[in-house]
Amino acid sequence: MNAEAVAAFEAVEVDYPGRGRALGPIEFSLVAGEIVALVGPSGCGKSTALRLLAGLELPTRGAVRRAAGRGETAVVFQAPTLAPWLTAEANVALPLELAGTPRRPAREAAREELRRVGLKGAERARPTQLSGGMAMRASLARALVTTPRVLLLDEPFAALDEITRRQLADDLLALWPGQRPAIVFVTHNVEEAVYMAGRVVVMTPGPGRIAGEVAVDGASTRPPGFRTTQAFRDAVERLSEILRRSMETPA
Amino acid sequence: MKRWGPAIAPTLFIGALLAFWEACCRLLAIPIFFLPPPSEIAVALVQNAPELFASAWLTLTVALTAFVIVSLLANAAALAAAASPLVEASLRPIAVTLQVTPIFAIAPMVAVWAGVDHPDRAVIALACVAAFFPIYSGSVAGLSSADPALERLFDLYGASLWQRLIRLRAPSAVPQALEGHKVGLGLALIGAVVGELAAGSGSTTGLAWRILEASHHLEMAKSFAALAALGLLAAALQLAFLLLERRALEWWRGA
Repeated sequence: MNAEAVAAFEAVEVDYPGRGRALGPIEFSLVAGEIVALVGPSGCGKSTALRLLAGLELPTRGAVRRAAGRGETAVVFQAPTLAPWLTAEANVALPLELAGTPRRPAREAAREELRRVGLKGAERARPTQLSGGMAMRASLARALVTTPRVLLLDEPFAALDEITRRQLADDLLALWPGQRPAIVFVTHNVEEAVYMAGRVVVMTPGPGRIAGEVAVDGASTRPPGFRTTQAFRDAVERLSEILRRSMETPA
Repeated sequence: MKRWGPAIAPTLFIGALLAFWEACCRLLAIPIFFLPPPSEIAVALVQNAPELFASAWLTLTVALTAFVIVSLLANAAALAAAASPLVEASLRPIAVTLQVTPIFAIAPMVAVWAGVDHPDRAVIALACVAAFFPIYSGSVAGLSSADPALERLFDLYGASLWQRLIRLRAPSAVPQALEGHKVGLGLALIGAVVGELAAGSGSTTGLAWRILEASHHLEMAKSFAALAALGLLAAALQLAFLLLERRALEWWRGA
């Protein structure tokens, strides 16, 4: 793992009992402050890769190097996974309070983070009172409140409508320059991957391996109309091609 | 009309049943010491209202005391079980044994342990035995029903076992724990009555004593009146708990 990397897979393989090989062998390195999208078909081990990066799971073989310590990695799951009995503010403050931050400063930081994700005024709301997009924002605020070095997103916008997911993608990109965490973003939407990431990694159908990689040029905050630029469409085209080829050759 | 619909149907149904009962007693000229008609029971209920009320109050006190004690015990046990699978496995046979223990079978022993001077304590203990299992199993089920994604989040932030229990599992358990307490409350009331029947009540006289006393004197109407008082008490208790549960769930869901 080079000096800049915050996480790396070295010859990582994951086997699940009864299911066989789920992932690997795979080599992967995450550089500080970059945004990487993991793209691949269902069951290609994207979520497994994310759990390895989060330290929630250990590889069967190989090694996962993680520079981020406890509390420096944050995960946003597919669903908002907020505790229904807590207010938005208390949900966001939870990671800080679990790490021992006293209640008052933790709540203070949570309110600030909610404001940054555009949820000012919803501090006292319960998750059931939030729309899907707002709940996802609260979930994002909870991930960002600890100022993580690594932010992992597991298809976070999958359950949202197209307009909301585009808006959230823009908001996330707008928030990113402040803390500049390294982001790994799992999706099966090629266009979303290109829009969000500086580097898109394509994975093969299970067992997941790396089929190829495409770098996306352009500023991290995408200018309006980025989806219509030649650079965007070229990247999407190249990615689709890699995906097509990886699907044809059975692993 | 629409609003009262749910209340009208059962009222009419029960009214029809009572009318049928009344008609049978009168037409077939059933002796009152064999089966009293509802009208006689109503008269007995009114005539004996003061003492029935006092007895119902006593039974209620016993049931609620047992309910509070057993809720504390069962929830402490459930928390311990949630903290350690070993504790859970150790407690399971005891919980199941308590579930199938007939109160009548252990009443004489419990009465002896409580001492001749304290039959009330024996009755409370028996009501506790009756109510333990549903409360314990409801809380255990609730404590293990936390959202797996939230469990992963607690893993991610390195939460301690205590943090996990208090901040995740206990609040997640609320809906199922309430369900267990609802069943447990009914059983505590039954336990208070059956316990009194089986262990005796000394100088104190709960509803069970009223039922027993009346039937010994072949005062069937009075016996039925005591049963009716018990039914009303149970209904009131369940209604109170339902309202409480609704409020608690509203708080829990935040809606």
